[in-house]
Order: sequence, then C-alpha cells, then structure tokens
Amino acid sequence: MNDLTTLTLADTIQALRDKKFSLSELLSSYRSVIEKHNQKLNILLTTTLDNHPEQLDSPLAGSPLVVKDNISTKNIQTTAASTVLDGYRPPFDATIIHRLYQAGASIIGKSNLDAWAHGSSTETSQYGRTLNPRNPDYLPGGSSGGSAAAVAANMCAAAIGTETAGSIRQPAAWCGVVGLKPSYGRVSRFGVIAMASSTDSPGPITKTVEDAAILLNFIAGHDHHDSTTSSQSAPDFTTNINQSIKNLRVGILYQGIKGLEIVDPHLQKVGQVLESLGAQVDSVSAMDPKLAISVYTVVQRGEVSSNLARMDGVRFGNDRSYFGDEAKRRIMLGTYTLSKGYADQYYNTAQKVRTLFIEDFKKLFKKFDVLISPTSPSFAKKVGATADAAMFGELEDMLLEPSSITGLPGINVPCYQDKKTHLFLGLNIVAPMWREDLVIKVADAYEKATSWNEWRNKA
Amino acid sequence: MKQTEYQLICGMEVHAELKTKSKMFCGCKNDPFHASKPNCYTCPTCLGLPGALPVANSTAIEWTIKLGLALNCRINLFSKFDRKHYFYPDLPKGYQISQYDLPFCYDGYLETSAGKVRIHRIHLEEDTGKLLHKTVHNQKVSLVDFNRSGVPLIEIVTEPDIKSAAQAKEYAKTLRGILRELHIADCDMEQGGMRLEANISLQAVGTKELPNYKIELKNINSFRFLEQAINYEIERQSQVLQNGEQLNQETRGWNAVQNKTFLQRTKEEAEDYRYFPDPDLPPIRLSTNQIEIIKQNLPELPLERAKRWMSNYHLQPEFATRLSEDTKHAQQLDSLFKLAVNKKFEPSKLANQIVNKKITVNYQNLEATLEEFESLNATATVDDNDLEKIIRQVLAEHQDAVNRYHAGQKQVLSFFMGQVMKNLKVKADPQQVRSTLHKYLDN
Amino acid sequence: MAKITSTQVKHIAKLAHLEIDNRQSVAFKKAFRETLQVIDNLQSVKVEGAEPTHQVTGLENIWRDDEVDESSMLSQKEALRNAKNVYQGYFVVPRLIDQDE
Repeated sequence: MNDLTTLTLADTIQALRDKKFSLSELLSSYRSVIEKHNQKLNILLTTTLDNHPEQLDSPLAGSPLVVKDNISTKNIQTTAASTVLDGYRPPFDATIIHRLYQAGASIIGKSNLDAWAHGSSTETSQYGRTLNPRNPDYLPGGSSGGSAAAVAANMCAAAIGTETAGSIRQPAAWCGVVGLKPSYGRVSRFGVIAMASSTDSPGPITKTVEDAAILLNFIAGHDHHDSTTSSQSAPDFTTNINQSIKNLRVGILYQGIKGLEIVDPHLQKVGQVLESLGAQVDSVSAMDPKLAISVYTVVQRGEVSSNLARMDGVRFGNDRSYFGDEAKRRIMLGTYTLSKGYADQYYNTAQKVRTLFIEDFKKLFKKFDVLISPTSPSFAKKVGATADAAMFGELEDMLLEPSSITGLPGINVPCYQDKKTHLFLGLNIVAPMWREDLVIKVADAYEKATSWNEWRNKA
Repeated sequence: MKQTEYQLICGMEVHAELKTKSKMFCGCKNDPFHASKPNCYTCPTCLGLPGALPVANSTAIEWTIKLGLALNCRINLFSKFDRKHYFYPDLPKGYQISQYDLPFCYDGYLETSAGKVRIHRIHLEEDTGKLLHKTVHNQKVSLVDFNRSGVPLIEIVTEPDIKSAAQAKEYAKTLRGILRELHIADCDMEQGGMRLEANISLQAVGTKELPNYKIELKNINSFRFLEQAINYEIERQSQVLQNGEQLNQETRGWNAVQNKTFLQRTKEEAEDYRYFPDPDLPPIRLSTNQIEIIKQNLPELPLERAKRWMSNYHLQPEFATRLSEDTKHAQQLDSLFKLAVNKKFEPSKLANQIVNKKITVNYQNLEATLEEFESLNATATVDDNDLEKIIRQVLAEHQDAVNRYHAGQKQVLSFFMGQVMKNLKVKADPQQVRSTLHKYLDN
Repeated sequence: MAKITSTQVKHIAKLAHLEIDNRQSVAFKKAFRETLQVIDNLQSVKVEGAEPTHQVTGLENIWRDDEVDESSMLSQKEALRNAKNVYQGYFVVPRLIDQDE
C-alpha cells in the first residue's frame, strides 16, 4: 500500500486517471507516512489531509502536494516558520496556490523552512529544525528544507519551494531530489511572503525532472497581481523531456577553486556523461563567486529589512519582539547598509556589481548553451552546524548566488550518493533568462543516463 | 536698539488625493470619505498583508503628468517608485511607496499676483490610513482605519519663493483651482483631501545669508488658517530673532481656537528614510509623444481663462481672477460675456456686479441674467437744464465744500455726486452727472 | 573596514524598530563585523560606467487600468480577523500622541 507514495508525480496522475486507486486511498497512504515520520523529522508544520475532492478530470487529478509555509494559503495557517506569524490565517491564496488548485492539486501540508527563508539549513525555524530523511543526523539544507525533505521522505507527490539564492536547489541537493528555480519573473510572487523581492522565485521540488516540468507548467506565467512577472506566455515545459542534447555546448564553472575538493571529481564525471550523450563540454572561468556573495548579502539584507517592516503585530501576527536572532541580525544589517551615508558604499555599489555579473553571463552564454557547477560544495552538514555563523548560508550557497542575483533559471539533479551516509551531491545546471527549457532538457537527459534517481528506476 | 527688518522665506508642500476610481497600487475602491464603515475598502495589498504586491494605477500616473504640464513642469521621461521607510501605525507596510530621485515632474512654476512661485517637483505616492485618538475602556488608544490607505496622493513642492502670507494663500487657492479644473482631485480641505504645509524662516533684510533653520507648519486645513499661521510665525520668529535667540528646526501646528501656532515636534536627529527603488514595481519610461498627447488634452486653466477674459472682454484683473476660479461655470460665464457683448453691454461692468453680488447669475437662463443686469443699470437721460439747475443749487448750499475742492481735496467730488443724484428724481447716468459737475467746478 | 560601535547598533535598532538587549547588542556587533568583512570586497571592484541593476527582467511600464476589483477586496470582518486588538471595526494600537478627538 505504501508504495503509492513512492510514485512520481507523473505516475500518480496517470494512476489516478486510470483508477488504479482512489484519491482517498492515496491520501491515506500519505497520511500513514506523515504520521510515522513527521514527528521525528519535523518536515510539515501544518497538515491538511482532509476534505480533498476527487477531481479526475483535472490536469493534476488531485495529486497531493506540499507547499512551503511562506506561501499564503487562504484560511490555512501561514507562518514562514516564525512565531511572529503564529496563528496567522491569510484571507487570500497566493497566485501559485490558486493555480495549483485550478489544476486539481490537493495541498496536504505546509512545510518547514528557515524562519522567513533566512538560511540554508532550516535550523533557524522558530518551530524547530527539520532533519534530513536520508540520514536524520544531518540537516536537509534550506531554506526550502521542509519541501525537499517532504519529497525525499515520500510525504507528497511533489512540493513547491521558493528560492532567493539557493533555497530550492541547495536543499534539493542535500536531500537528493530535483529542485528547479525558474527565471526571476517566470512565476508569480503574489502571496509569497517576501524575502528579497528582486530575487525571490517560487519553483517545484520533485522526484524527477519530468515532474518539475509538469508542475512548472501550472505555476508559470504572467500574473496581473505581480508587476514583475514576464508577460510572455510560458511554453509547455514537458516537451523538453526525452530530448537529445547532441551538440549542446556545456560550460563547467568554478573548476579547481578552493573548497570544492569533495565535489570536483564528481563534476568531472558529469562532464563525461554529458559528452557521452553528444554534448560538447568545456571548462570555463567566470567572475569570482565570492563577489556574488557580497552583492547578494547587501541586496538581500536591504530588501529583508524593508519587507519585514510590515510585521508590527497590528493587523496580524505578533509584534516585532517575536523575531528570532537571525531575522533581527539581517534586518539590522540591511537597515545599516541602506542608511544615510552608507547606501552608496554598499547598496548602490552592490547593484552595479550585479550588472557586471549580468554582463559576464551574457558573454559566457555566447559560447555555451548551459553552464554547470556543483550545487553545494559538500554533502549535507551535521545537525547544529550553523549555530552563530552569520554568513553560513551565503558561504554554503556561493555557487548558486551568481545565477540568483542575475535572475537565471537553474536546476539541481542528484549526481552522486554516498553508500555509507546515504547523503547526496547535486549538479546545478544554469541557462540564460527564460530558458528553463534548456535546463530541463539537460537535467532530464542526465537523470536518465545515470542511476542516482531511485524513483525513476521504479517506474 | 534698532529694529531689524525681516523678510519671509517660505516654500510650500501641498498634498492632494487624486480622485481615481481605484487606489494607487490595488483595485480597492478609492472613496474613503464616503465609506459606510471603517476598514471596508481594503485588500491584502493596502492592508500590507505578507506577500501582497502593488500594481500601479495608470490613470494616477497620467494625472500627475497632467498636473505637471499645467504647472509648466518638465517631465522625467524615465521615472520609478521608491520605498520610503518609517514606522507609524497608519503606515501598514512600514514603508510608503513614493518617489525619491526621479519624480514624474520637476522645474515648473505657478503665477501669482506677487510673482512666480517656482515648482521644485511633483511626485506620486500612496496615502496612509487614518488614526482616531480615543479613550477605550479607560485606555488611551488610537484606532486605525485603512480605507484611505493606498489612495493616490500627489505632493507638490515649491521653491522658497513665497514672500508673504497672502501670496502663500493665493498660491494654494490657485493650485486648488487647477486641480479641480483638471478634474483630478476634489481637494476637500475639511476631510484632508488637500493638506497644506509651509516651511517658514526669516531672513534679515539686507543680508544675503540664508536662514539656518526651517519651521515646518503642518496639517493646515484651510486657506485662512494658512495665512493666519504664517503671519503669526512671522511675528513670533521676528521677536525671537530680535531678542538675539536662535530658532531651531521644528514642526508646528495651528491652533484655530487660540489663533496661534504650537510646537508639535523638534527634530533631534536628521530623518533617515532609507529610500531604495521598489523592487516590486518596474520603472516607467514615457515617450515625448505620450506627453504631447496629454498636453494637447489639457483644459483651459483658471489663470489662462482670466487672461483671456481680460483681453477679450476687458474685465478688470481682480474680477477676472475671481470669476475664473469658478471652474464649474466657466463655460456659462463665457457665453454670458459673449451675449453681453452682442447686446452692447459692458462685460466688465457685468463681471464687477456679479463679483459684488449685485447680480446673481441664473446659469439656466443667461438671457434672464442679462435682463436683470439691464434693469439694474437702467438710466434716464436727464435734461441738461434740469441737471445744471440742481448742480448750481447744490454748490450754492455747500460753499465750504466747493472751497475745499478748489484747495485740492478732489475727493469732495463724490460728495457732490451723491447730493446731485439724490436731488434728481430719476436714475441718472453717473457719467453725465460727473462731467457736468466738472464743468461747473473746474471753470 | 567600517567598525560598528554600540551607539550605532542602538541607532540602527531604533531605525529598524527593534528592541535589542545587551547580549544581542554584543552578538550583533560580532555579526556585523563578520558580515562586513565579507562584503567589503565590493569596494575593490571597478564599477565605473556600470549602471545599477535593480530589476533583472528589463520590464517597464507595467500598470493596470483604473478599475475597482471587488474580487480582491476584503470584508471588514476578513480584514480584522487576524488582528489581536480590534474595536468597533477599527484596529487598535497604543496611543502615540496625547490628544483626544
């Protein structure tokens, strides 16, 4: 019976349509997984397993999904994992929630995250850290750690996370699942509790690349409630599944830079796999990612200090004394870098360096169709690793920040599993703005040419 | 000790709510003054709920540019919205969406009878909610209503060109006339639909040095209070400076009961609003063509209309200005003057009598108005002999007044006019009486 | 590198509307130092001629028509539902100025 929860999203939809089992049978399977593991792993902050109608005629056919708890769900508690919002039940649905309901999703839970999505571990959650389902001595990564863990633990058919700089891809890497960060502006932010408004991108976290393409189809596209969404209509992303990557030009980034000793050899092997599929693979050097950390840190702290100013306990939630140390730290730093006399030195300079990164990528994409790198410099870190490290997340996400501050689409696919610890390493694939099709195509080809994906092998 | 004379240095900041159908950044109804209850015109965006986003109202942008063009401003072809941060319970997001370094309009002017007042900038922002200060269950609290939150608000900032309280009042009234003429704002002062602020300091006459302080007069809700408050401040500040004391930056309000200004807040440290471009709102780029179209569709403004009436109908400036402010009846007044000319009446006399309330204009029936004008001013031609007889009689009776006239007190003439008119049994043409009087007196 | 003093930390906390105790003040000074150490490399980048990027989409002139969207509006009850302190349809906050109306 519990095998139902190991089905990919694509197979779940198909099986529901073929009436191999009913939605209520499926939901009770998920319920038993959740009841068995959630207390220990602390993946879901809220479960909403009841009252989901059968909807076989809809595209998602009722498939059970989990969404990160910084995404507003009407009448369902939405906390962003901070007690500031304890008990807050939004009077509206985020646009992506609305779209998922319309596509026939059953949203069965809200997943844990670093409070306000500030972090790369879920250790800053004011509702307690999430543990990695692959190995509970380790962290799931973050900030969408709960969503990635929910997928890895078979608590849902697929999940939605949000990324500002690594928050989808890094936990996906640590939990050994697929995480797709769309181009900034591809997916509506309306109703997503803002972290850094100029880089926040909601996206799918799934068992397979195909599942990510399926979910992206339903959440992508212009939203008249979000002025920063692109007006171009989103293509059918699933057409990039099972396509040849012959003659595609692939650039390997950040080879040989300090701190990547663990992942480097695995990336070499990725290169070989892609070459065997007909791609042209070459090393390439790019702007120092350490500068991207600085740009991101300054921009993100500034925007955070502004976005969290509305949390005053008057119209909803609790007052500002409920903020955890990490949020306070970020608000303080952002306030400082935006204040008189410092804005020029920090904020304005950072935005200029951001332009240099955009130009650098433009140059690189003249020579390459996609760029690849490790998602994270290492395997998942041990529980407790982040205590009191002001820059933990940024150093962890260094390899992803250049593409985050420039808005580019990227994906994580598992590219190695350690037999002893059961922990994963991840491959990050980045393409030019609006070219999610390319990252999906390459990731799918890679996934199918290797054996790291346990769910795909079951199908 | 010698009294130093001071010159007023004054600039104004005027806020006006635009009367768009919906709010500035969301689709909520923009009608806070007529809402049936508090907090009934809100949505996640104007309540500042987590995750809600703004989308700009294109009409509000167009109207701001319209006002800029009417005030002879230059228009920024590239503009954007910025976040201005401060904490107050009526500001739901902890920041106000405003414009920092690229306002829609800049470098314009408005003409007053005492000279041009240069417009520094006009920008578009969102209004805050409204606070009501009450005691509830023995606790002093403020009640917050967000019906007004997010209503489009324009701020018009002048250069410190205003030289008198009267000029400040004229500036503000003329500005209101323009806002109404453009049909972009109702400017209900009582309700706070238009809010006046004056930045006031004094400069010793003869010195070039600019004052090193500025008193902000805030929350003035009538033109009369504005004038009174500025005059009060001139008096107060002169005395302080005369005593050799320093004036500091502070904000003052007007107490209309005691007729004086009062201290609201001193500025301990410079404000730090931490402006940065709002990442939720893409910038705005306008073409010269778009601006040209807005310009061509501008209606005639009161000042232009007054000028036209002065040159076409020879209205005296004072009456032309007064009547031109009545934007609601501008067209009918135009027709009325034209009709008057056709009937060989003097429009200037007509205007004078309308302003002085001798005639009430019947806007439904302009012909009737002119009939009233005609009968009011009907005169009989008096027989010259009868007139001269009466004049001789009056002069004889008031020989002392005649002497005074010849001694140079020409104003005695009006006394004679009155006496003669009284003695005539019919309504005489004053022109005829005056010239005959002159004949007798000046020969 | 810029150094942050306790007075500055206090001032920033005031601007940010946060209450900071002594323990936090010390911790924040350390966190500031760590963070500033990382981001100070920005000062070494040649940015002359580079325009700042505030938004990466290149979008411009995104606006809506001036129409009332009733479907997004909340009833008074919905608007007030998440507030801790309400009175006769209003949100309630402690008094900031001493003046009754």
